[in-house]
Parts: sequence; structure tokens; C-alpha cells
Amino acid sequence: MSLSNEAADGIARATGVDPIFGKLSWGVFPFYEPIILYTFIVVAIGGGAVVGALTYFRLWGYLWKEWFTSIDHKKIGIMYMVLGLVMLLRGFADALMMRGHQAIAASGGEGFLNAHHYDQIFTAHGVIMIFFVAMPFVTGFMNYVMPLQIGARDVAFPFLNNLSFWLTVSGAVLIMMSLFIGEFSTAGWLAYAPFSGLDYSPSVGMDYYLWSLNIAGIGTTLSGINLVVTIVKMRAPGMTLMKMPVFTWTALCTNILIVATFPVLTATLALLTADRYLGTHFFTNDLGGNPMMYVNLIWIWGHPEVYILILPIFGIFSEIVPTFTGKRLFGYTSMVYATCVIMILSYLVWLHHFFTMGAGANVNAFFGITTMVISIPTGAKIFNWLFTMYKGRIRFETPMLWVMGFMLTFVLGGMTGVLLAVPPADYVLHNSLFLIAHFHNVIIGGVVFGIFAGIIYWWPKAFGFKLEPFWGKVSFWCWLIGFYLAFMPLYVLGLMGVTRRLSQFEDTFYSIYFVIALFGALFIAAGIGAFLVQIYVSIRRRDELRDTTGDPWGGRTLEWSTSSPPPYYNFAFTPRVHELDAFTQMKREGFVRPTEGFVPIHMPRYTATGVVMAGLLTVMGFALVWHIWWLAAVSFAATLVYGIGHTFNYDRDYYVPADEVKDIEDQRTQALAGAAE
Amino acid sequence: MSDTGANPPKEFFVIEDPHHGDDHGEHHHETGTMLGFWIYLMSDCLIFGILFATYAVLGQNYAAGPAPADLFEIEKILLATFALLFSSITYGFAVLRMDMDDLRGTVLWLIVTGLFGAGFLYLEFQEFSHLWHIGATPMASAFLSSFFFLVGTHGLHVLGGSIWLIVLLMQLGQRGLTHENKRRVMCLSLFWHFLDLIWIGVFSLVYLTGVLL
Amino acid sequence: MSDHAKGGHGTFKSYVVGFLLSVVLTLIPFWIVLGDVMDNTAWAVAIIFAMGATQMMVHIHYFLHVSLKVEAGWQVMSMGLTILLLVIVMAGSIWVMFNLDENMMPAHEQIERVRNLP
Repeated sequence: MSLSNEAADGIARATGVDPIFGKLSWGVFPFYEPIILYTFIVVAIGGGAVVGALTYFRLWGYLWKEWFTSIDHKKIGIMYMVLGLVMLLRGFADALMMRGHQAIAASGGEGFLNAHHYDQIFTAHGVIMIFFVAMPFVTGFMNYVMPLQIGARDVAFPFLNNLSFWLTVSGAVLIMMSLFIGEFSTAGWLAYAPFSGLDYSPSVGMDYYLWSLNIAGIGTTLSGINLVVTIVKMRAPGMTLMKMPVFTWTALCTNILIVATFPVLTATLALLTADRYLGTHFFTNDLGGNPMMYVNLIWIWGHPEVYILILPIFGIFSEIVPTFTGKRLFGYTSMVYATCVIMILSYLVWLHHFFTMGAGANVNAFFGITTMVISIPTGAKIFNWLFTMYKGRIRFETPMLWVMGFMLTFVLGGMTGVLLAVPPADYVLHNSLFLIAHFHNVIIGGVVFGIFAGIIYWWPKAFGFKLEPFWGKVSFWCWLIGFYLAFMPLYVLGLMGVTRRLSQFEDTFYSIYFVIALFGALFIAAGIGAFLVQIYVSIRRRDELRDTTGDPWGGRTLEWSTSSPPPYYNFAFTPRVHELDAFTQMKREGFVRPTEGFVPIHMPRYTATGVVMAGLLTVMGFALVWHIWWLAAVSFAATLVYGIGHTFNYDRDYYVPADEVKDIEDQRTQALAGAAE
Repeated sequence: MSDTGANPPKEFFVIEDPHHGDDHGEHHHETGTMLGFWIYLMSDCLIFGILFATYAVLGQNYAAGPAPADLFEIEKILLATFALLFSSITYGFAVLRMDMDDLRGTVLWLIVTGLFGAGFLYLEFQEFSHLWHIGATPMASAFLSSFFFLVGTHGLHVLGGSIWLIVLLMQLGQRGLTHENKRRVMCLSLFWHFLDLIWIGVFSLVYLTGVLL
Repeated sequence: MSDHAKGGHGTFKSYVVGFLLSVVLTLIPFWIVLGDVMDNTAWAVAIIFAMGATQMMVHIHYFLHVSLKVEAGWQVMSMGLTILLLVIVMAGSIWVMFNLDENMMPAHEQIERVRNLP
């Protein structure tokens, strides 16, 4: 024993790693950076206030019992949305700092960020916005809305759903930790090798990146499997595939893509992790490693990923447009096929992200053409929405405004994308600000606008009252104007040859463009602020905005047929579906809500296993980042034992008594009667 | 769908049979579990796909180190292959016994399966430690990195499957062939046969082709 | 019991048939390598891959019991998609990476030519 201890000590001394605390020491807190110090003070005060308030109002027990351990898909969906919103604030703070810094640096100053810190910020911005803002929002929508649309009571594997959510949180927590304990990666959002290898990025930042994404990625894969099975197995009787709402269709294709691509991410990051932790040579410069293989593999995941983000958003628009035009969706079948074609094609275009890496003309031509082809089904969708609106009675409520903003902006972004798909043009524009402008154009103009449209559209379903429209409109116009101000100058700068990720500029010629872009970012900040005000105002005025009917917009799909918010069992009776737009048909043919004859409902029980396992895995991730091997081993073993222990629990579901169902449904009957008067 | 107007009023909801009792209540979820597990296997398959692709691209970067012909002992690989193949058919026998509701037979065949699995793991461990001993570590070249990762990931899966097998035996001992336990036997069956399938790719691409080239 | 439970488990006979086929399909490629029976390496590799692919089919049919009847075809469909994606990922990676090598790395003769410059 003593010998091995001595050996361990020796290793520790040689590598500078303490056997108990790993690489952790007092020096790892980066408070010498004033910005981080101020942030820390703000977060500490704000976080302390939140924790204090929760404790003062004795909400911890409520949160734990009703939310954290909940396996109700609706609550998990809402928690995903909250996670996305919180992380949006963090990711946007990074964006503001970048725009501020570049505006100063391009105008002859030095900027307020040193190069190392600036690199961390653009990396964190990308990682957070994709993995912890866009993904949670999109998954949140699919979790909340999809089971309601197919008339199900929950997802196929409710416990797994809870675990998936907490694994995503676990990844987010690790990223947030890196802000104050140690530092974050400087290698960009996809961590290209060999820069992300140990030789060039020896700090813990890359390790935070790897473990955070590995843990969150597993959660996403599990959630994908779960939702695919839900759609395949749990549709209401009569709902054949071609009678599924379009949002459900896009959710199906999205989750198939998740299941088909996140394993690629997991494997690729595992190989990079091995390079960093075990000293293997997959992506190193020496001993036969090939960094270009990393770029190849990560984009095999990376390109389908952007379709994972945009497909459900297409679904959201396909729900909103028919509702607010009062017509059925134009070209439902073509919409479905377009979605499926995009799903397959998205797997065939990955090389367009590295045309300049040096493949021959045949390879570049093939991937250039597939990239251009993918714009055809996307274009078909745009026309479908247009034709749906044609001769419709369009109601310009807030969700519809976002749709109009989306259609204009997204088409522009799509066209610059087709430009970039031409390999010779890409040789000029690769890694320039033109590219940055392009993908923000499709991600903000597509995904973000869709998220806001969806939030406003389904908010009354989730909480029982509409969002107040004035502040919603303010938010929309700020975002729209802000977006164009912030990114049109970037197109111009890109055409002038300015590359991305620059922290210093020699020439003040670019100053004006960067200053305009900064103003754009400030407009967007106002848009986010207005959105938060909108939520606050709406909660304050919830009684005037109350919706008792459950169908505030004149919806067409099943989620509007139940109450707002839906009871935890969603539907007292499983709906039977006869045609597309099932709820429209129910309303047309005079469906009467049953008020008696309720039967017991089979429901899953809440469990804390998901929270505990994800918590243990967070500890493991943290321990691995800091090379605290014993803690990593202990927490991994504990996760395993806890997980196996969970399989010995056979008592996972129960029956809601018919009386309880009757009570809840009677309340709704009264509410409906009250609304009718 | 046409609105002829003469249609009788449509039913817009279903009154489910309230399933009390253990046997049928889980029916719905059971089939979901099998499909879900199958989809998980497909995603796992893609992980192996990436590892195979990595091996195919990096597998000849020997970096002046040893090549497959210097390292692999094909006779031992044949032995390991047969260990897995036998474990596959013994698992099949366990499933057949389970269909006859023969708990003892199921458990016995599962134990035999586990022993073959352990034999495979032993052979792999022996091979790896031998390679390590002569300096052919994953750190030596990109070829060895990708070799150890591909074969090792498969080995880790077999190890995971074996741990699952032990847990399953405990659960069978505790509750017998209940509905859930039968479902678990079937899930592990898929997993186990799937690993054998991956192994066919491993010995064809890595070992046999490696030695030939 | 569901259709899956009854229809998807195989019989003693089908397991034994699958096993015997697998044994043959395993022994042939090992025999080719161990017995050093073929002079043409390319053909030997082709046979090994063909045997491997056939054995995979045997496993899929006799051990995994994949069939159109299970899960209303979703099982076969998901497997088909997976195989398609595997082909795209593996063939695509190999194509892309070897094309890169060819395009970026000077071929051997080229190096020799440079070396022998007067």
C-alpha cells in the first residue's frame, strides 16, 4: 500500500496534480479579470437573492416535489424553456461584449477584453447559444406540445425524459462553472483539432467543453429516442402518419436526426477526450494522427445539427400560419415530404463547412451541389406558407408578426447560404464575417424568431393566460430592426475580407460598420428586455388576459381541445382522430365534451432518480476536468449503482381514481360555463 | 375524406378499458420499450460506424511502429470469435426456455452465456495486456489508437452487457419471469446479439484484413 | 402477449441453423488467412468482406429476428436508415479523407522527382 501511495505521490509531483484536489488550487479563480470579478459579484448577489427568496417563501420543497422530480412532459417542457431563457441571457451577454469590444477595437482603441478572454467569450457564446439555448428551447417545445398534439398522456419513457433534462442541465452547469472556476475553451464552438489538443490548449477550458457536451449530448440522444418512440407508438387512435400535425411530423424527423447524429458527436468528442486524457493520436500532429479527420467527423454531426434546430421551428410556423389565417395548411403532403427530404439531405452536405481544407474538385463539387439541392425543399416550405396566407383572413397577432419577420429574413439568409455553397465563392468568403452574418441570419431569423413565435402561441396553453401584446410587439420590432442593424454591416465587412474572431484591428476604416453592428446588438438587447417585461406585465395582468376556453386562437390541433393549462393527465378520454386538423373537425361537427363516465387513468409516478444521477454525473464531470481522479471514480460508481438500483424499483405507476378525474373535469365544466355567460 | 352530411355523428374520444391487474396494463409500454431499445441500438451502431471509419482512415498510419501483421494472433481471435458465437446461441436457448416459462432453464442458459462472455473478455484482456507489455500501446501510433478504441469500445460493451446479465439474474432470482423481467431478457438479448454482429465487422476489417494487407 | 413476443423469438431449429451458418461463414475467412490459401490479396479481402456481410445478414435474420412484421415495419425501417447513414458516414469519410491526402500530399514519385533535381 505505502509503495503505491508513494508512486501516486510521485506521479502527482511530476505532473503537478494533487492526489486529493487534482489541479484545483486557489489560483484557479480568475478574479484578476475585472469583468469576471464584477460578473461574479452580480451573480453572487442575484443568485443569493433568488436562493434567499426561495428559502424565505419555503419554495424548495415545492420545487423539488412538483418540478425537479416531475416526469410530467409538460413540466419538463417548461423547465427546458426556463433553462433556454436563462442561458440566452448569458449567451447574449457574451454577444454584447464581443460587439462592444470589436466596435472599440475597430475605432482605434484596444477594447476592454484581452485576446485570451475574447477567445473564451466567442467560444462560450457559440457553445451556449447552440447547445444550451437553441437546443433546450426546441426540445422544450417538442416535449410540451408534441404529446398533446398526438393525444397522448405522457411520453413513452417518462423517467428517461426527466433524466434527459437534468443531463442537459448538468452540461449547462459545467459551462457556467467554467466562468468562475478556471476558464473556458478558446478553441471556438467546434473545438477544431489540433488546436483543441493538449499541446495547444493545455488549460481546463477545453476539458469543461468536452465533459459538458458529452454529458448534455447523452441526455439529448436519450430524449431523441424517447420522443421518436412516443410519436411512433402513442398516437391517438385514428391518427395515421399522414394525419399527424405538421409540428409532430417535424418533431419526428428532428428526433430521428438527433438519434442519428448525436452518437457521432459523442464518439468524436470521446476520441478528442482520449487524445487529451490518455495521450492517444487520433487528431494530433504527430505519430500518424490526422486533425482533418476531426473536422470531417465533427461536421458529420454539425450539419444535421442545424437542421435539428430549424425543422421543429418550421413545424411551429406551420401551426401558426393556418391558425391565424383561418385556413388549412396549403400543401400538407409536400410539407411532410419536404421535411423528410431535408432530414436525409442534411446528412449529405457536411463538407461544405470545409471546402477550403483541400479536397479535390470532385469532392467539393459533389457537396456543393447537394448543398444547393437542399434549398429546394426549404423553398417549397416557404411557398406553402405563402399560399396558405394567400386569400386568407390573416390576423396580425404577435405570433404572426414573428412569422412575417421570419419569412423575409430567412429567405435572405437562405440565399446567402446558396452563395456560400458555391465552392469557388466559398474560397473567398470562408471564415469571413460574411459567413457569420449568414448563419446568424438563418439562426436568428429562423430559429430565434420561431422560438418567440412559439412561446407566444403556446403560452396560453401552458399557463392559462395570453401574453400581453403591446410589449410583445415592441420586442418583435426591436429584434427585427436590431437584427438587420447588427448583421447587414457584417455582410459588407465579410465581402471586404474581414475574417471572424478578430479581437484587434489595425485599420479604423471598418469602424463605422462595427459601430452600427453594436447599435444593432443594443436594439436586440432592448428586444430581450421587452420580452421579459412582456412576461412580467402579463403575469401581473393575468386575470384580464385569462383564457378559460382552452382555445384562445381558434386552434386546429388536439392540444387546443383540452383545458389551459391541461390537467396532468392531458385528456380525460383519449381523443379519436378522423382527419388532419382534428380539433377543427371536432368544432365543426359539434363535438360535446364528455362530463361523466370517467374511468381511472394510468399514470407514471414522480421520481428523484433523474436529478440524483445527473447531479452525480456533474460531480464526475467537474472531477474529470480538474483531474480529481478519486472523486471521478466515486461519482461514476455511485451513478452506476444508483441507476442499477432504480431498475429494482418495479412500482413506477399508479391509477388516478375516476373520482379525482371527475373533480378536475367538473371544475373545467364550471369554468367553461362561466366563460359562456 | 368527404363531408356528405349523411354520416352518423362521429366518435371523438375513446373510453379505455381501465386495466386493473398486472398482466395487460403494461402491454402498451412494453412494445414501446422494445422499439426504444432497438432505436438505441441503432444509435450505438452509429458510434461504432464512426470508430470503424476512424480505423479505416487512420488504421495504416503506423508511425514507424508495429503493423497488424506484427501484432495479431489470428488463432486467438478465432477462439474469441467462437466464444461470442457460442454465447449468442446459448442466449437464444435461454430465450426459448423463457418462452416455456422455465425459470431454471432460462437462468442456467443465461449463466452459460455469461461464462462465454467472460471467456471472451479474458481473451481480449490477455491480448491487450500482451500488446501493452511489448510497447504497442494506444499512445504509440494512430493505428494503435484507433485499434484499441474500436476493439476496446466493443469490449466495454461486452463488459457492460455482462454486468447487466448479472443484474438481470438477480432480478430473475427475486421476482422470476414477470412481465418486466421477460422484457428485460429480450432487451439484453438484442444487445448481446448486436455485439456479436459488431464483432463480425471487427474481425473482418481489423484482424483478418489487417493481417493480409 | 404481443405479436412481438410470440413472433419474434425464433425456434430451436432456427437458432441452430443460424449458428451452423455462422460457424461456416466464420471458418471460411479465418481459413483463408490462417491457411494462406490465396495469392491475390485483393480477392481474399473481398471474400472476407463478403463472408462478413453475409454473416451479419444471418445474425440479423436468425438471432435478432428483424422482420417487417415486428413493430409494424418500424424496426426494418430504422435499420434501413441506419445502414444508409452508416454507408454515408463511412464511405463519405474514406472518400473525403483519401481525396484530401491525394490532393494535399505530394505523391511518392513527386518527392523522388524533387529529390533528384539536378
